Amino acid sequence: MSAAGYRYGRDAIGTLEIRNGRVIDPASGTDRHAPVYVADGAIAAIGDAPSGWRAERMLDAAGRVVAPGLVDLAARLREPGLEHKATLESELEAAIAGGVTSLACPPDTDPPLDEPGLVEMLKHRARLINRAHVYPIGALTVALAGETLTEMGELAEAGCVAFSQADTPLVDTQVLLRAMQYAATFGHAVWLRPQDPYLARGGVAHEGEVATRLGLPAIPAMAETVALSTIFALVRDTRVHLHVCRLSTAEGVAMVAAAKREGLPVTCDVAVHHLHLCDVDIGWFDSMAHLVPPLRGTRDRAALRAGVADGTIDAVCSDHAPVDDDGKQLPFGEAEPGATGLELLLPLTLKWAQEERVDLASALARITVHAARVLRVPAGSLAVGAPADICIFDPHHAWRVTPAALRSQGRNTPFAGYELVGRTMTTIVGGQVVFEA
Amino acid sequence: MPNRNPQLNADGALTHLLTLEGLPPAVIRQILDTAVPFVGIAEREVKKVPLLRGKAVFNLFFENSTRTRTTFEIAAKRLSADVINLNIGASSTSKGETLLDTVDNLVAMDADLFVVRHAQSGAPHLIASHLIAKGRTHVHVVNAGDGRHAHPTQGLLDLYTIRHYKGDFANLTVAVVGDVLHSRVARSLIHGLTTLGTAEVRVIGPRTLLPAHVESMGVQVYEDMRLGLANCDVVVMLRLQNERMKGALLPSAGEYFKHYGLTMDKLAAAKEDVIVMHPGPMNRGVEIDSAVADGARSVILPQVTFGIAVRMAVMSILAGA
Repeated sequence: MSAAGYRYGRDAIGTLEIRNGRVIDPASGTDRHAPVYVADGAIAAIGDAPSGWRAERMLDAAGRVVAPGLVDLAARLREPGLEHKATLESELEAAIAGGVTSLACPPDTDPPLDEPGLVEMLKHRARLINRAHVYPIGALTVALAGETLTEMGELAEAGCVAFSQADTPLVDTQVLLRAMQYAATFGHAVWLRPQDPYLARGGVAHEGEVATRLGLPAIPAMAETVALSTIFALVRDTRVHLHVCRLSTAEGVAMVAAAKREGLPVTCDVAVHHLHLCDVDIGWFDSMAHLVPPLRGTRDRAALRAGVADGTIDAVCSDHAPVDDDGKQLPFGEAEPGATGLELLLPLTLKWAQEERVDLASALARITVHAARVLRVPAGSLAVGAPADICIFDPHHAWRVTPAALRSQGRNTPFAGYELVGRTMTTIVGGQVVFEA
Repeated sequence: MPNRNPQLNADGALTHLLTLEGLPPAVIRQILDTAVPFVGIAEREVKKVPLLRGKAVFNLFFENSTRTRTTFEIAAKRLSADVINLNIGASSTSKGETLLDTVDNLVAMDADLFVVRHAQSGAPHLIASHLIAKGRTHVHVVNAGDGRHAHPTQGLLDLYTIRHYKGDFANLTVAVVGDVLHSRVARSLIHGLTTLGTAEVRVIGPRTLLPAHVESMGVQVYEDMRLGLANCDVVVMLRLQNERMKGALLPSAGEYFKHYGLTMDKLAAAKEDVIVMHPGPMNRGVEIDSAVADGARSVILPQVTFGIAVRMAVMSILAGA
């Protein structure tokens, strides 16, 4: 099934030719049938073969799309410390099965990613496992406690590409201002999920008819907009590169659009499940639909879908959060929030595109080049000379989501039983085939 | 799948009682009709019928409640069931046993019916779905109050009481007063009243104690108590929990009583033959004045009596031979 044992090192790398596929590279606007030539772990050419070309391996991609490997802005790998939920091995296997070749992992591990040693160990483990590229997001404050800044310089050297609080709110606005000032000094990006901790206190579901009916403690949309207005006021002053994580409300989309019009250095993502589900999907207390931020109303969902289409929201991410059965087989409010998502990012993004009549290249941009720009890493394109991270998928392959068949250790998905279209057939990382369906 | 309400089986028959929401009117009427003869049993010399003889009823209380547990216990014993009371509180989780582990263990002890109270909304749904998934279709769950969500037997006994004194629901105006936000009693009663075609259901309270979009449940919202009580046939007072009397929801019990406490004076806005209900336990001088609670319009004690009959009806329909 995969080529375990390959290394990124030069010795193992040969030449590879991908024939008969429809090459879509949103970064360059390419969308045509052409062969792709891979050598030395990089894209050597598309279309005309380099001079003296000899392929050690050929892949037939007839009827398939050859796209850049997907870039996921939020995938929890649960290491270190939470290995009962998932391990690097299981989740990186899930990543490549989903066509994801680069992923950012939030710092909400145990302990949180607030020390260079932890980040180095994570990077080291990921290199050994030799699957998708792992880009850790460092903790913005020590232990995510919101009091003391982390050593951002050391953490960046260890491999952190940005700094965040994950889902732990930073209550003290002065510390938040200082963190932004400090990060801006050194050009670090700050990622924040906007949620006012007081307005969200105790809540587990969107404040609306469903939460009222079910008697679930609610999180109002205001929790997001109040936090966004604070964040944007601080960005206006500090000019820090700010990435808004997991937008969830219609009002939030409008505020991000306004901030961008104003010229603030702001980018934004949404979790792919928020493009398809809303609070009604909680049904009778389905803990699989207990997510953070909460699934909101149909109006919010429509605004998020439009926001991705018009570019207000730069990228779509899986917000992958594997949870074991024990964490989900609890009453809704006590169940651990989150959904497994790495293997569903591609088909759910394609589903959105198909329903919104967005062309394939534009859809792929949201999970490749645009995400890579947010992450500020060399990924998400098929440019000549770029790393040969490639996702070859069948855009017409229909399949049913069966939790037990997922490679992720977390089988927690609200999409169980859905029929989705689009399946990763081959994943290539650094020129090596690491996954074949 | 959790998206189907597990309380009705594929044939539409009641297998668990989890909420009044979505119950067909005929099922609610069947329960109320079944309760009628049980009211008379209390006046007989032998207060027992053999409908649940040989059945084991487990009172599974994850949240303390002497009162509700006692009424279920009496109801089960009058049906000749064996009753086992388990006050689990928070201790089981601290021992590491999950809710469903506890349930599996009790099923292995041949439980026939669980009466479940839990602080989390949806806990009885979780148990019922689990039993269905495990094929334990002969084991039934009665929700005795889950979080803010539902208290269906309380809702049913309220409906029984209203029907007893007022007959049909079609011409009634019913006001529910107080802390609707945190009240499972209010939610269950509102669903029951709207299902049975009550002409007008009102909720009355300050904005801090009314949930968002409560009008979507089919009620009229009043913030002024006198306006809300005008021409009411039935007034249902909700209990105000101690911890909510002071803080960000309300400034004080005294100010609450001034605006929303039911006094004879305020009650004068309602119809002359209004009945006053309260799920108990009452906070005299907070949500209700003693003159009203003990007065001629109060049916608070008959509610308790009807409650036992209604619980007998529910358990006999679910687990009776």
